[in-house]
Amino acid sequence: MMSDWIEVGTLNDIPKLGARVVQRAEGDIAVFRTADDKIFALRDKCPHKGGQLSQGIVHGDRVACPMHDWKIGLENGIAIAPDEGCAASFPIKMEGEKIMLSLTPNEGCPNK
Amino acid sequence: MKEKLVVIGNGMAGIRTIEELLKIDDERYDITVFGAEPYGNYNRIMLSPVLAGDKTIDEIMLNDMQWYKDNNVTLHSGKEVTSIDRVNRKVITDDGTEEAYDRLLIATGSDPFIIPVPGNDLDGVIAFRDIKDVDVMIAAAKEHKHAVVIGGGLLGLEAANGLMQQGMSVTVVHLMDKLMERQMDGPAAAMLRESLEERGLHFLMEAETESIIGKDRVEKVRFKDGSEIYADLVVMAVGIKPNIKLAKEAGIHCERGIVVNDTLQTYDPTIYSVGECAQHRGIAYGLVAPLFEMAKVCANHLAKMGIGRYEGTMTSTKLKVTGIDLFSAGDFTGDETTDELVFQDKARGVYRKIIVKDNKILGAVMYGDTIDGTWYFDLMRDETDISEFRETLLFGQAHLGDSGHGDDNRVAAMSDNAEICGCNGVTKGEIVNAITVNKIFTLDEVRAHTKASSSCGSCTGLVEALMSHTLGGEYSTAPHLKPMCGCTDKSHDTVREAIETQEFKSVRTVMDAMEWKTPDGCSKCRPAINYYLVCKFPELNLDDSQSRFINERAHANIQGDGTYSVIPRMWGGMTTPQELRAVADAAEKFKLKTVHVTGGQRIGLYGLKKEELPAIWNDLNKAGMVSGHAYGKALRTVKTCVGKEWCRFGTQDSTGLGIKLEKMSWGSWMPHKFKMAASGCPRNCAEATIKDYGVVCVDSGYEIHVGGNGGIKVRATDLLCNVETEEEVLEYSAAYIQLYREEAHYLERTAPWIERMGLNHIKEALVDNSARRKELAERFNYSQTFMQDDPWEERAKGGEAHEFTPIKVMG
Repeated sequence: MMSDWIEVGTLNDIPKLGARVVQRAEGDIAVFRTADDKIFALRDKCPHKGGQLSQGIVHGDRVACPMHDWKIGLENGIAIAPDEGCAASFPIKMEGEKIMLSLTPNEGCPNK
Repeated sequence: MKEKLVVIGNGMAGIRTIEELLKIDDERYDITVFGAEPYGNYNRIMLSPVLAGDKTIDEIMLNDMQWYKDNNVTLHSGKEVTSIDRVNRKVITDDGTEEAYDRLLIATGSDPFIIPVPGNDLDGVIAFRDIKDVDVMIAAAKEHKHAVVIGGGLLGLEAANGLMQQGMSVTVVHLMDKLMERQMDGPAAAMLRESLEERGLHFLMEAETESIIGKDRVEKVRFKDGSEIYADLVVMAVGIKPNIKLAKEAGIHCERGIVVNDTLQTYDPTIYSVGECAQHRGIAYGLVAPLFEMAKVCANHLAKMGIGRYEGTMTSTKLKVTGIDLFSAGDFTGDETTDELVFQDKARGVYRKIIVKDNKILGAVMYGDTIDGTWYFDLMRDETDISEFRETLLFGQAHLGDSGHGDDNRVAAMSDNAEICGCNGVTKGEIVNAITVNKIFTLDEVRAHTKASSSCGSCTGLVEALMSHTLGGEYSTAPHLKPMCGCTDKSHDTVREAIETQEFKSVRTVMDAMEWKTPDGCSKCRPAINYYLVCKFPELNLDDSQSRFINERAHANIQGDGTYSVIPRMWGGMTTPQELRAVADAAEKFKLKTVHVTGGQRIGLYGLKKEELPAIWNDLNKAGMVSGHAYGKALRTVKTCVGKEWCRFGTQDSTGLGIKLEKMSWGSWMPHKFKMAASGCPRNCAEATIKDYGVVCVDSGYEIHVGGNGGIKVRATDLLCNVETEEEVLEYSAAYIQLYREEAHYLERTAPWIERMGLNHIKEALVDNSARRKELAERFNYSQTFMQDDPWEERAKGGEAHEFTPIKVMG
């Protein structure tokens, strides 16, 4: 399903150590930017109580959920131990200035 | 070669002995432990809270498997020792394993006593002794309704309470005419029964069980008088008997328990026994405190130091049922040679009886308010002469000296050898020593170092008071070692000092210069550093929005469902028809489900989508309303009463004062949220004495109160001083806020800050030193010149748009 890549904006649209939201009927996707300009996309829903990860504090390759401070790995969406759970991750890449996001989540996490 | 120590019994007594031994000598023995249960060592006395759902099994584990590994202790769990070969000095297990010993420790504990009645082996008839029993009870509660607990003693009542918490209808059957007759006298037992009945427990007193009836599973319990009750679960909690089978078969002298001497040796001097299976000077104990004392002495002797002697334990009892406080110790019945001091207030549910002979306490029973239990117990053990304060003895320790400030004064008044933790026999001196020598700061660390408060937890309040007394009182000399978070070894104070002296100007430079271990810090340290920078350099606008929690970044409160709430400022709790109309219009326009009047006299609008925030702010701004900072570590509200303008009791214009206070201090970022109030008279309708800064107007002027706190841990304010004019109230307020801003750790409310620094410290800075006060107030007012821009207005005009709009909206 290569057809579902969409353009969501440019790197400058997202603050460093911040996130923006792609709104979808099927559930929002959070797009993160780290200090070294890596980008990641996760389902915007913490595995714990459904908090919006896009509203959390980004640090390293993690985000701290704003609800109860669970830490979620940006790379794969998996909660950092001792917490358990995951938020689905989505393929994302840069094409020139553009951020391209696939709407087909990576395998392995039921929290889509 | 090392000697071999074999321990039979992997319970609290055996393992505590090993721990004590390893503390003084970890070289002497190869240690092997046999335990029948398939777990590490857990805190058996906490099974009741597990049953009641207050704790989990994991929380009551004392030594997990890793502990045995780390300490080179071999554990055979799930293996039962079946015989002791004293001639060849070895033990033999059910699977044929043989283990030789040089010294043997028998810590087999006790078995529950099962009443010898027909049907006691039916399914659903159990004791209350181990994790397995708790599992059975929790499972039964899911499927069945009626539980009968036989035994109205300590254990039976805890079991009954737990089963009730699990949803069962519970009847307690007791042979005697009063509950806990071994610990309580008549009035206390009656009060206990009444309050347990209020909670929903049923009691059958003076009932002797004749048989338990059922096909496969229990169905009924029948009593001697012929009556019957339904039962799907029967728990027998009528007592314990020391488990002495092994010792007896090996020819070791036993009576009720395994007889031991003052060094915990049995009649075979290579064999020791501790805990509930041992009988010392005629007594087999069933409580935890003696067992720990035995462990200490036994370990000492095993290490061949031979200086300790166990001379018996004076025990006290507390019931671990949440919300019911009772305490008993020593001889609480007395006789014709003793005096009885009694205090009883049935309506308040308070009862105290103290038995005194020759001005010494022999025993005590308390129900309801048991806070002085430890004190009476100390007086009793030390055989203190009480004639000096006999007339106020019943009113407790707080009545000894000044009017009493709760636990703090109480721990200060205690002697160094006063026992704080009854379970583990830890004294005030040992805890204070651990705090100062090991430089520890948290309850967990005190638990790890001393074991105080780690068993039943009922002394936690005292331990905390002791910590705050020890650390708070000597604050200036206390080391600042506690790191801000896992990203660094640096403490809050160290980081702040570095920001001041080295003039760091960004979160990043602070983390780089101070060798942070993580690339970008975390959600604990970054907001803290950001605050310290903003506080130090107000004029430079250093605020890093990505280091702020979402509420402060979005200037609204995120709610559980991901929507936001908005609370505009209403100065001093005053509003106008125009403002109310604007609020009503906004609520309708944005179709808000909830409009709520807050505890701080403001109106909260709930259920806004993040994208809608700038628009509603725009509407509110038009009516002259600005951000109420209900989302911030900042001034929240100034609550007022209407004061002398309307109230016939009012002494000053509290509303006007509240407005002035709020106008002066809104917009300032602080370590934590900050609430104020101004009451027009000492009736204090604005509840100023639970605020961070509270003013109570009096005829002669104003009382200034500081450091109050509602919330989880209520703290009433301390009186800072009295002043005569509004100008002084405002100056004190500015100075106090600035001192708090400059000294408190991020996320530390004023209450813990004052407790940490001591009220005198605050008084010295603000009351005793008017020059310092003026400087602080000036710094605050200077900082405010940069802070008082309405963040809503800026964003309503399009600022920070990326924060409030999705990067993309899909069709």
